[in-house]
Amino acid sequence: MTFAVVVFPGSNSDRDAAEAARVLGERARLVWHKDTELGEADAVILPGGFAHGDYLRTGAIARFSPIMGAVADFAERGGPVLGICNGFQVLLEAGLLPGAMVRNRDIKFRCEFVPVRVDQVDTPFTSACAPGQVLHLPIAHGEGNYYAPPDVVESLEANRQVIFRYTDRSGAMTEGSNPNGSVHAIAGICNAARNVVGLMPHPERACEAPLGSDDGRIVLASAAEAIRDGRFRARPAAAASR
Amino acid sequence: MTTIDSSVLERHGITPDEYQRIIELLGREPNLLELGLFSVMWSEHCSYKSSRVHLKTLPTTGPRVLQGPGENAGAVDIGEGLAAVFKIESHNHPSFIEPYQGAATGVGGIIRDIFTMGARPIGLLNALRFGSLDQPLARRIFEGVVAGVGGYGNSIGIPTIGGEIVFDDVYAGNPLVNVLCLGLARHDEIIKGNAGGEGNPVYYVGAKTGRDGIHGATMASAEFDESSAEKRPAVQVGDPFMEKLLMEACLEVQKTGALVGIQDMGAAGLTCATSEMSSRGGTGMDVDVMHVPQRETGMTPYETMLSESQERMLMVVHAGREAEVEAIFEKWDLHAVRIGHVTSTGRVRIHEHGTLVADVPAPALTDEGPVYRRPMREPAWQREVQKLSLESLGAPAAPQDAMDALLGSPIIASKRWAYHQYDHTVGTNTIAQPGTASGVVRIKGSKRGLAVSVDGNGRFCYLDPYRGAMLAVAEAARNVAVVGAEPVGATNNLNFGNPERPEIMWQFGEAVRGIGDACRALEVPVTGGNVSLYNETEGRAIYPTPVLGIVGLLEDASRTVTRQFQSPGARIVALGDNRGELGGSEYLACLHGQVAGAPPALDLQAERALQRLIIALVREGLVESAHDCSEGGLAVAVAECAFDTGGIGATVDVPAVDGIRAGFGVNATLFGESASRIVVSVAAARLDTVLARAAKAGVPAAAIGETGGDRLRFSVDGAIVIDMALEGAETRWATAIERKMARAR
Amino acid sequence: MRARVYVTLKPSVFDPQGRVVADALLSLGYEDVKDVRQGKFFEVELDGGDPATAEARVTEMAEKLLANPVIESYRVELLRS
Repeated sequence: MTFAVVVFPGSNSDRDAAEAARVLGERARLVWHKDTELGEADAVILPGGFAHGDYLRTGAIARFSPIMGAVADFAERGGPVLGICNGFQVLLEAGLLPGAMVRNRDIKFRCEFVPVRVDQVDTPFTSACAPGQVLHLPIAHGEGNYYAPPDVVESLEANRQVIFRYTDRSGAMTEGSNPNGSVHAIAGICNAARNVVGLMPHPERACEAPLGSDDGRIVLASAAEAIRDGRFRARPAAAASR
Repeated sequence: MTTIDSSVLERHGITPDEYQRIIELLGREPNLLELGLFSVMWSEHCSYKSSRVHLKTLPTTGPRVLQGPGENAGAVDIGEGLAAVFKIESHNHPSFIEPYQGAATGVGGIIRDIFTMGARPIGLLNALRFGSLDQPLARRIFEGVVAGVGGYGNSIGIPTIGGEIVFDDVYAGNPLVNVLCLGLARHDEIIKGNAGGEGNPVYYVGAKTGRDGIHGATMASAEFDESSAEKRPAVQVGDPFMEKLLMEACLEVQKTGALVGIQDMGAAGLTCATSEMSSRGGTGMDVDVMHVPQRETGMTPYETMLSESQERMLMVVHAGREAEVEAIFEKWDLHAVRIGHVTSTGRVRIHEHGTLVADVPAPALTDEGPVYRRPMREPAWQREVQKLSLESLGAPAAPQDAMDALLGSPIIASKRWAYHQYDHTVGTNTIAQPGTASGVVRIKGSKRGLAVSVDGNGRFCYLDPYRGAMLAVAEAARNVAVVGAEPVGATNNLNFGNPERPEIMWQFGEAVRGIGDACRALEVPVTGGNVSLYNETEGRAIYPTPVLGIVGLLEDASRTVTRQFQSPGARIVALGDNRGELGGSEYLACLHGQVAGAPPALDLQAERALQRLIIALVREGLVESAHDCSEGGLAVAVAECAFDTGGIGATVDVPAVDGIRAGFGVNATLFGESASRIVVSVAAARLDTVLARAAKAGVPAAAIGETGGDRLRFSVDGAIVIDMALEGAETRWATAIERKMARAR
Repeated sequence: MRARVYVTLKPSVFDPQGRVVADALLSLGYEDVKDVRQGKFFEVELDGGDPATAEARVTEMAEKLLANPVIESYRVELLRS
């Protein structure tokens, strides 16, 4: 299967995401942000980085890139879309996921491996996980402090849209296990249709043990498996949509 | 037109003798613009006029050297047709004036040096020096520099994989920010800063030129005084997003073969790029400042030529391939602008709307500047500070208290407060997490990897610059060796005071001599570096601080170790001789407030044997962990091996070093900083093999203890002298710096 | 025609940067500081001279790009210079 990885100017984990797909034996294509079509794609990754320098707000300018129309269309048709870190921020700005990011609680950029608990497994990117499974994944962000108005958070919880949470190694949420101050220790969420997932940790940077962890493999492997057996697949584009 | 009188010369930092030389080289008096060109190119920063005679003595050749000093960066062969391209550079003065931007633009500058060579940057390291964290100013500078280093590197997506940070009041008014960038290229991808081919177009690409940083190069060459604050506008603001676009576009353009040469515009901006490219190519350049994209209106040719605006490149393109090059830059929303062409005149000729406004032979700017053999004199105090009377120190500290104090000393404590702010995982190559001896990156598509370490002990160099510099080389090489990598190339950043003072120049000369001798003995060629002089505030110089960056080659990146113990029940082995040397040690400074004595002795042949041994042991998988002994000596080294392991303690018993006076025997044994020592842990079944290998290599080796338990327990001659809970010790070590920083609020 | 746009985090959204600035001011001895909110400030230069049109255009820009309505509020000010 093929992952289409969107390259925004300032993306810096685009090649890492593509490499991770290849490590898993899948294909990856880099798609330039000025393109208006995704081309061959079974799943789309919006990668980490600092699109447009993160100037103004993270993801604020990238959401207007020409390719985002095609990404929204792909998501609308049920295609699996994964936003990692900056890609998550772009999805938020684009309105494909609810909420917003503010500066980390201690206002510092933070990079380290942290435990991340998988709370829901009925998304294309967690379907191979066990519920409650704790993954050891790196974070690397200055604005990963997830915020949404209380009613939105409530509905995310009620609809089981909180997919990943920061916890300790045992999977327990503690004061010290939330690295950035995110509400409800949210590390990743999905949309109502469950095919669009965004998360701040970097699974693509944790696909080989020498790099410190290979726990991230399961995120992309889930998608590959789910797509192969047809559980999550974009419906064909309507001919009229061109 | 301004007449050039003595006050104009003074403002340009040009001496009357230098002015006479300019007149001789030109055959006439220069105009103001030409004087400006000379002033930046002949500044200490660009011309190395005080240091050149010494730098020439360094060993710069070797079978692996693909590019020695003189280009944007050095390059060494690492096999399989690949090259490691690397260089270190300082941004000390700007970081004092504006810590965030000073550090950020320092990172930006060194990254440009690497991708200019056609190499993709794959790692950053930094060597930082600040005043004591008890001072608010030092905390503010530390905080700003760390944020700036992270802000630039994180954004552009190059992992910061290692470095070292030292705090000492001598750096309070002169912080040091030395940044090393490592890049990877195929041999045939390396491209140089040459202007060749008469008629080939000269292109400018990147950020627009503003009035920022004018005379930055001359600022970096003048001592600070109270008026420094007024020079504030001379600091530039970095734009990592622009640099990211430039990097990707340049790497793409370089692969097309359409470029003749390329150079970044750093210090001395367009002046430096045009003259150096012409000089190296044996050509000349005609450019018109009218074509240079300008951010501000009404800029004069003088301002345009001397601006140090960041994120700009100069390229010479093969005639006929302009459209191809322009198209790639357009893709990245950059506009490559033709500003002139290559000539065969050997001269840099600047035009303004077609009128010639400056006309200077390129080599006059780059190669024919003044070279000073400045007087050197050993400081009167030098011998005095090398005397260490243990008797005068009073009672030795209780070993347990000393251990507590050392683990909480910011020099020894974990630097995670800083490196958690650096993205070290981007790029998916980083194998060793920061906080280990070397940054280690794998090379995708190869079994190989690269290890890089930056080291320098200013205290040792203050006490004895020759030996201190040798120790810096030895430690950097050792740190690369302990992860199993063979040192293959060095770059150095020489941070010193005012070279016009004979004592400073003596320190400089001695240090360079030490680096040369150590690099020759360890067979590590120096492929480039940077000199930062005038690191003084109100007449007080920093410690002489040569920082060595050494790159090592891992034949098999899967065969590497870190400092951390891997399993309980392993045997702890000390390699090398413990001579209990306390001179210049952190123990003396931290517990007795003394910076005195002779730095540890160094036997370069013993060092070489030790490094060869550890590389072999790691490659053959005979050791589970390896860690160099440095600040805090053996006891701190063992403790550091136990930290970040999830709770694997250690029990150690060592023989007391004989002949230490005044009751300091135990502390000298535990905390002395004798060089050429490594602590390894070895599976019990492999102990005999390791000891035998050491014996065969002529390296002293002793089993001194065992890993395991939840305590750190040290005995000397069988008597327990330190016994503490690992968890408490680790917390103290891990949080010392963040506690100091939290107190700031 | 020039306009100014002030963007601030909504009162309900925690502002880590504002808090750090407030703490810093307190530590400098400004004990009367109760709270600090950090925001963004834009100056927009426009062609055209009709204030009503300009205000509408700039408001649209704020809605669409300059502010994120999930967390931020904004205020547009027209400069009649």
